[in-house]
Amino acid sequence: MTETSTGRTAGTATETKKFNIDTVENAAKTPDVELPWAELGLKQNEFDEVVKVLGRRPTGAELAMYSVMWSEHCSYKSSKNHLRQFGEKVTDEMKKDMLVGIGENAGVTNLGDGWAVTFKIESHNSPSFVEPYQGAATGIGGIVRDIISMGARPVAVMDPLRFGAIDHPDTARVMHGAVAGIGGYGNSLGLPNIGGEMVFDSVYQGNPLVNALAVGVMRHEDIRLANASGKGNKVVLFGARTGGDGIGGASVLASESFDDTKPSKRPAVQVGDPFAEKVLIECCLELFKGSLVDGIQDLGAAGISCATSELASNGDGGMEVELTSVLLRDPTLTPGEILMSESQERMMAVVTPENVAAFEAVMHKWAVEHSWLGEVTDTGRLIITWEGDVIVDVDPRTVAHDGPVYDRPYARPEWQDAVQADAFTGSVQDAGRPSAPAELAAAITELVASPNMCDKSWITNQYDRYVGGNTAMAFPDDAGVVRVDEETGLGVALATDANGRYTYLDPYHGAQLALAEAYRNVATSGAVPMAVSDCLNFGSPEDPDVMWQLAEAIRGLSDACMVLGIPVTGGNVSLYNQTGSTPIHPSPVVAVLGKFDDVARRTPSGWKEDGQAIYLLGTTEAELDGSEWSNMRGHLGGLPPKVDLDAERALGEILINASRDGMVDSAHDLSEGGLAAALVESSLRYGVGARVALQDVLDRDGVDLFTALFSETQGRAIVAVPRSEEIRFTDMCTARGFPHLRIGVVDAEGGTLEITGVETMNLESLREAHEATLPKYFG
Amino acid sequence: MTELPLIGEAVAAPAQLIGAKIGVVTFPGTLDDRDAVRAIRLAGATAVPLWHADTTLGDVDAVVIPGGFSYGDYLRAGAISRFAPLMARIIDAAHSDARLPVLGICNGFQILTESHLLPGSMIKNDHLKFMCRDQVLRVENNTTDWTRDYAVGQEITVPLKNQDGQYIADEKTLDALEAEGRVVFRYVGFNPNGSRRDIAGISNATGNVVGLMPHPEHAVEAGFGPENGSGTEGLGFFTSVLNKIVGDTK
Repeated sequence: MTETSTGRTAGTATETKKFNIDTVENAAKTPDVELPWAELGLKQNEFDEVVKVLGRRPTGAELAMYSVMWSEHCSYKSSKNHLRQFGEKVTDEMKKDMLVGIGENAGVTNLGDGWAVTFKIESHNSPSFVEPYQGAATGIGGIVRDIISMGARPVAVMDPLRFGAIDHPDTARVMHGAVAGIGGYGNSLGLPNIGGEMVFDSVYQGNPLVNALAVGVMRHEDIRLANASGKGNKVVLFGARTGGDGIGGASVLASESFDDTKPSKRPAVQVGDPFAEKVLIECCLELFKGSLVDGIQDLGAAGISCATSELASNGDGGMEVELTSVLLRDPTLTPGEILMSESQERMMAVVTPENVAAFEAVMHKWAVEHSWLGEVTDTGRLIITWEGDVIVDVDPRTVAHDGPVYDRPYARPEWQDAVQADAFTGSVQDAGRPSAPAELAAAITELVASPNMCDKSWITNQYDRYVGGNTAMAFPDDAGVVRVDEETGLGVALATDANGRYTYLDPYHGAQLALAEAYRNVATSGAVPMAVSDCLNFGSPEDPDVMWQLAEAIRGLSDACMVLGIPVTGGNVSLYNQTGSTPIHPSPVVAVLGKFDDVARRTPSGWKEDGQAIYLLGTTEAELDGSEWSNMRGHLGGLPPKVDLDAERALGEILINASRDGMVDSAHDLSEGGLAAALVESSLRYGVGARVALQDVLDRDGVDLFTALFSETQGRAIVAVPRSEEIRFTDMCTARGFPHLRIGVVDAEGGTLEITGVETMNLESLREAHEATLPKYFG
Repeated sequence: MTELPLIGEAVAAPAQLIGAKIGVVTFPGTLDDRDAVRAIRLAGATAVPLWHADTTLGDVDAVVIPGGFSYGDYLRAGAISRFAPLMARIIDAAHSDARLPVLGICNGFQILTESHLLPGSMIKNDHLKFMCRDQVLRVENNTTDWTRDYAVGQEITVPLKNQDGQYIADEKTLDALEAEGRVVFRYVGFNPNGSRRDIAGISNATGNVVGLMPHPEHAVEAGFGPENGSGTEGLGFFTSVLNKIVGDTK
């Protein structure tokens, strides 16, 4: 408990755990005061380190700063040693188009023609469980501010979601809240939501994953970085006022697992105001246009603590700030609370004295509140005062960059071998595998109606996919596509993927499979994959089993990026996603960004033209472990599908060339649910069916019809080729030595999906089954 | 009727059309202003950005109040924007002898009802959720300034995306709107928000002010709008007002 010393909020020490005005001078004089470092999430060794760094005990305000900045969420202390691989395993090919790499608010990739694109994916998992609407909403808000901070105009968002069992009573609470929150916030910002994922699995019951991706575009000259340079330049805080919401959210919420015995942490979730954010976006873009800011940083986790220490340590190394200048929503906030507050919709900028008037004019135009907090210095110290009394005097690097780093012990779990030995084929759950025509038709219908494979428009219809007028493709196609330049058609494609079951079975390859699928989705749309952002959702790093999963996933992902030739430009790690001692499936969500010279070349996933030839690219093996089919039958064991990154690259080149040269009218990647799911999805996209015969596939690959339909072998796609392009297309596949087989023909007349050996399926019945699932559970 | 340039053709529109100036109002929280500007440009005219705090309309020939969440829809959709200085000028101009053509789309429609330029009001969708879909509309009146390039009974597909889109008015008002032919658009096949009598858009008595919930400015460029139909079936709004401005024979 801190002692009351100087200051105006003097209360009795016994009734409050809040920080009082504890000056540096006071701290030096009272070395033995007990501080609530444990309650703030610091460990004994970490507190000792703070004392060592400062050469005295920290003041209350300093303790607040160190505790949030050294939390797992802000410091990446458990993952840092592993994450280095993303920066180390980089070839010249991968560096070619990287303008800004890992470490800034978001990475920046060169698109050509003077354009650049920035994108990043982040988690907002814990808040979205506690308060789904606000948690999911502020997840969007935070990632969008990261994009603005780079100098870019945000142009689209995506949301990969993972919730508990579809029929669990609590899932509806999270589902309704999170979807409404994403819609309520994102729709109000004028950002189209162009895709995402929705997975239901009981492993996420107490730890839903709400990840948010944002992408923005800018001209090269508009790239902004988070640093405070130039002695005498002014430091300004603008946007929403600072309130009591989200205090300690960074360290408390994100770093502790949920446990029924602890008091409710509901008040720690931030509350979003999308209108304030929309105004902030336009206001910042006007500031950038006028070159009115030298450095800029959004306020997210750890609020002012993070913004001041990061800006200062990335620049000339010094800053002086008067904390009483911060505009407050709640005047009773103490200095520590002001430093820790995670109130949304705030930005901090560095402005040269000659630009102050112009800066204020922009603030006035958009009716955005701002307050000048202090200025940049060259002392190498971050000094924060309270009515002139020094309450923080630190080297900002020690707060922002030199936090603790742990080499957490990790080891392959003892249970891993047993899990991998438990193959689906021949298991109890595999009894009665469908083989008769009627059984196979029923199995396909059951698959496309299952929670993970069903139609997601119940969700996506609550998101605005049109605003901006540049959305060239959105869900349910393989990738979201946004036009960047209206003159040339230059644009980007984005896809996110993860498979927790694959990663549970084999973290190294599971993470690679997530990357491979996102890469394949982008290439299927016709775009050239360029960059990666990842959101690594795992359990507690203090559990050696989980730590091994994390280490393996990072190693797998970084190795795979080298082979595919695309760099990780940013991302986020979310740990402690576990209930009690039960972690979620390791869930590395991987986003891949690709480039179109002209988005008019995009390839949709559905069939349209009668008589076009359908080709299956790639070969099929018996790979049912971890598949949607085995999941539907309640089995999880064995080994995930094999990874073949060279094949993925070869397939990608074929799909990209086919798109660019107009050789295919439709393409759809094969992933969860295998060929069966892809055929149904391509049929239902525009309500145009097909006649398919798989005998050549069965003969060539030595698999049975069930396996051909439900196996999840990677590196495959189906394409629809106009008759006039068939020779050119097959010649290209042959020349590249890529396996391809004509498996059918598009049938615009029949209204059915015919597969030889499977009872003919009526498209309307399939659609009914596909679309009924989410409304059935969520209204 | 003046020939209009085809979408995507990089030819300059006829000088007559380029000379027509259509203002697009931006409030804090407006979202679809750039889209309205694009639609006007694709129709061949010159779009003029207008700011809510402006005190003059300048020399614009028509005004579009675009969609979005002006002032966050706080208090009530359109309730705060209605008091913007520029709205007073727009109300005057709409009532003046010149009868300035005004189109309110989505939030713009809500602002027009809050301004009493159009009767009735919008409340939350009957299913209480935001809804984004390609919506079929039937043109009920092609004599307004914004619908003269359509045929009565014509069905067009344009995106619809809103949270508070349920059009309501008392029975007397609804009967009067029907009797006077001021129901300009109706939802076809599916009423997406519970609007009374399937009303999607209405006009004032003189046909210069039109408001609707769906977004014609998002159906002006093939490949970036609805997948059904031509994808450009909203362009008629903008060509209609252009033809009105440049003086066709209708």
